[in-house]
Amino acid sequence: MMKFALFLGCNIPARVQQYDMSARAVLDILNVDLVDIREFNCCGYPIRNTDFATFVLFSARNLALAEKQDLDIVTLCKCCYGSLKKAEHLMKEDNSLRDEINGLLAKEGLEYRGTIEVRHFLSVLHKEIGIPALKEKVKNGFKDLKIATHYGCHALRPSDITQFDNPVAPVLFDQLVELTGAKSIDWQLKLECCGAPLLGVNDDLSMDLAEKKLSDGKQSGADYLCVACPYCQLQFDTVQQMMSSVRGTDHQLPSILFPQLLGLVMGINGKALGIQMNQIDISRIEDFLS
Amino acid sequence: MFYDIALYASLAIFVLGLIYKISAWFRRNVGVNSRNITASARILAAIKGILGTVFSARLFTLIKVFILDVLGQARILKEDFLRWLMHMLMFWGFMLLLLMHALDGIITEPLFPEYASTLNPFMFLRDLFGFLVIIGIGIAIYRRFILKVPRLKTNAMDHYAIIILAIIMLSGVFLEGQKITSFTKYQEMVEEYGGIDDEEELKALESLWVAEFEVVSPKVQGPFDEEILEQGRELHEMGCSSCHSRPKWAFTGYAVAKITKPFALGLDRANLHILLWYIHFLACFLGLAYLPFSKMFHIFASPISLLANSVMDKETSDPANIATRQALELDACTHCCTCSLRCSVAVALNKIDNINILPSEKMVFLKAYATDNKLDDEGLKAIQEGIYLCTNCDRCTVVCPSGINLRDLWFSVREKFIQEGPSVPLLLSPFSFYRGLNQQNLDPNYYKKPLNKAQMAIAEKCELINKPDKIVPLTPINKGFKEKINLSSQANTYSYCFSCENCSTVCPVVENYENPQEVLDLLPHQIMRSLGLGLTDLALGSKMLWNCLTCYQCQEHCPQGVKVTDILYELKNLAVKEIHAA
Repeated sequence: MMKFALFLGCNIPARVQQYDMSARAVLDILNVDLVDIREFNCCGYPIRNTDFATFVLFSARNLALAEKQDLDIVTLCKCCYGSLKKAEHLMKEDNSLRDEINGLLAKEGLEYRGTIEVRHFLSVLHKEIGIPALKEKVKNGFKDLKIATHYGCHALRPSDITQFDNPVAPVLFDQLVELTGAKSIDWQLKLECCGAPLLGVNDDLSMDLAEKKLSDGKQSGADYLCVACPYCQLQFDTVQQMMSSVRGTDHQLPSILFPQLLGLVMGINGKALGIQMNQIDISRIEDFLS
Repeated sequence: MFYDIALYASLAIFVLGLIYKISAWFRRNVGVNSRNITASARILAAIKGILGTVFSARLFTLIKVFILDVLGQARILKEDFLRWLMHMLMFWGFMLLLLMHALDGIITEPLFPEYASTLNPFMFLRDLFGFLVIIGIGIAIYRRFILKVPRLKTNAMDHYAIIILAIIMLSGVFLEGQKITSFTKYQEMVEEYGGIDDEEELKALESLWVAEFEVVSPKVQGPFDEEILEQGRELHEMGCSSCHSRPKWAFTGYAVAKITKPFALGLDRANLHILLWYIHFLACFLGLAYLPFSKMFHIFASPISLLANSVMDKETSDPANIATRQALELDACTHCCTCSLRCSVAVALNKIDNINILPSEKMVFLKAYATDNKLDDEGLKAIQEGIYLCTNCDRCTVVCPSGINLRDLWFSVREKFIQEGPSVPLLLSPFSFYRGLNQQNLDPNYYKKPLNKAQMAIAEKCELINKPDKIVPLTPINKGFKEKINLSSQANTYSYCFSCENCSTVCPVVENYENPQEVLDLLPHQIMRSLGLGLTDLALGSKMLWNCLTCYQCQEHCPQGVKVTDILYELKNLAVKEIHAA
């Protein structure tokens, strides 16, 4: 049985609880044991703009906490993933930084030694569990459903650090989506940013980018966007809805979280996957189940 | 006489204090929510809200919360068993003491006509309740001063609360112990209730009380004849036993009596019991009079906060009531520091010396600020940083044992402090995400102001950015600046840049604008070049930095392996440092 420390980050428990619920429901069926470490803190992503060393301290503390229990980390958020991976890399490469950060961690009796791995939820599904094993759990696949996969920047790039998939022509997410019976469509802006990092800083720009993706996805024939990151989800769900009143645009391309999509074909009840918790109604997706 | 004056004076101060503090809930403005709502409108809204809730199905929610969270303190139990035990012991011990012992004339005597404080079960119960409180105080001291729970900060108000409780409890126990052994007390009682004149009889009774009731007499000492004790017992049955159980039942006072027995006569002659009596009562009166102004006020405010928050929410509640609730939440905070223990960003305190990062200390600041409204520039800067360095993860709200909705409180207060005073560079980071998500709940006239201010503050320091036509001398190169670009081992890769412009071509931000330079000042490849040339102003002042998504497209596509995004990160760090240094 696989066992991971589940790293939720800050957005999911507060604003995207359906991601937590659906991921747990899916991983439970797949016999993956999740450990919650209450002492986990923010991954440090938001403070990277202004205070680099503090960012590394944030991430390193999380790594050290998981390491103390000898557990690999699985993250649901791609920004958390990117941050933890970056910090992990620096802590391994940069001796003086490691000493400085470990000196601070020592105050709490923690130390980062570099013996654990950080994985994203999608990688665990794709690499650890594998497509064949996932297919075995599919009870009721989708039919005629077209999905636009949104990869999310901070898992994909910088690829030398994140080691998630091929940064130019990734396939991991598409393969996962297709095992549900849905078709993963080709679309031009697939690998572009959702705009969330600039929400609250430059809203016009942030919303421009989100709109471009939504309209490209829609034009390319997608019925739904599929994401695996709370920032992306908030951008394509809450912000998409907000844009209809702020900008008067209506793209009608709702976003579903990947574990919600997977959970539905595994036969998990929509309520247990928090389908009704999305801001934009996605309940009609169940009509595509064969 | 003295007792009555002191009692009524402290009671009056208590009642006036209560009125003053409760009225502050309607007068006080916390954050920007309450800007335009008058106190009378808030009182009316509160009455309407309370009536509307009590006469609706939500009454059952209130009852449930009252039983579980107020009486049972389930929210503390969820956090930490030891803390729950501590608080339950203090809360229930003290409440029962208050009802049975302090208010015995009003409550216990009418309920139990045979009541006497020195008679079981009352005598035993009084000691039991007191003992519970003392254990609770012991745990509190252990947690704060020995266990040193992480991020549990102890301030003067916490000291006061522990000290006043400890003085009340210990003076009570010592008073009881002293009264057990006191010969003076014994004589007073015999004169008043004994009705015995006969010397022999007096001696017999005294012998019994020395032998079995721990009185220390200067005249008689054991061992005694069984005959004399028997005679004493008869007299005791007639005059004393209806009011006196054996002192051992008052086990805490009894223990004190046993310990102090060797010097009991001296202590009695020094009238120690009178001194202890004064200490005990004056401490109680002081505690009562000062209660509305101390942390102990939470015994009123916390239950109200718990109840109000169980039936209120941002969407449906009257904004006037939310303003009132946020004012009372400041009083509901007990400075238990659970929020700080669970805070997602508290670890920043190891690098950034600003106590206001901790939610519990923000509450301390807000409480003080709500009363005196005093804030200097340094203080404002510190609270700006403390209040903005927050990921809005909700953990503080979820764990607060007083049920305070810290999420909404921060949102409202944050807006107030970022509008005032110096610019807040943290605004130009994903910490603003939550503010962006909730922009529709903010006044559009104020929403962009602090963001623009932060950008301006950075640009102002960079002359060249503001004078695009200025002719730039290329020598001497600012070597000092170039050396600063070394936060991460990869950052000096800018020197590999040969200006192929790939980074700017793949950048979705650049692509978004018809004339990107007009909006962004410099494009990514130009920033790499200005670094190579050591042109600090250009590299640090360009708006491109703060419009970078950190999507890493540039870095991924650089044929030369320049870590473009990482370098932009570093430049942002440096720009913020310059602002802080200024």
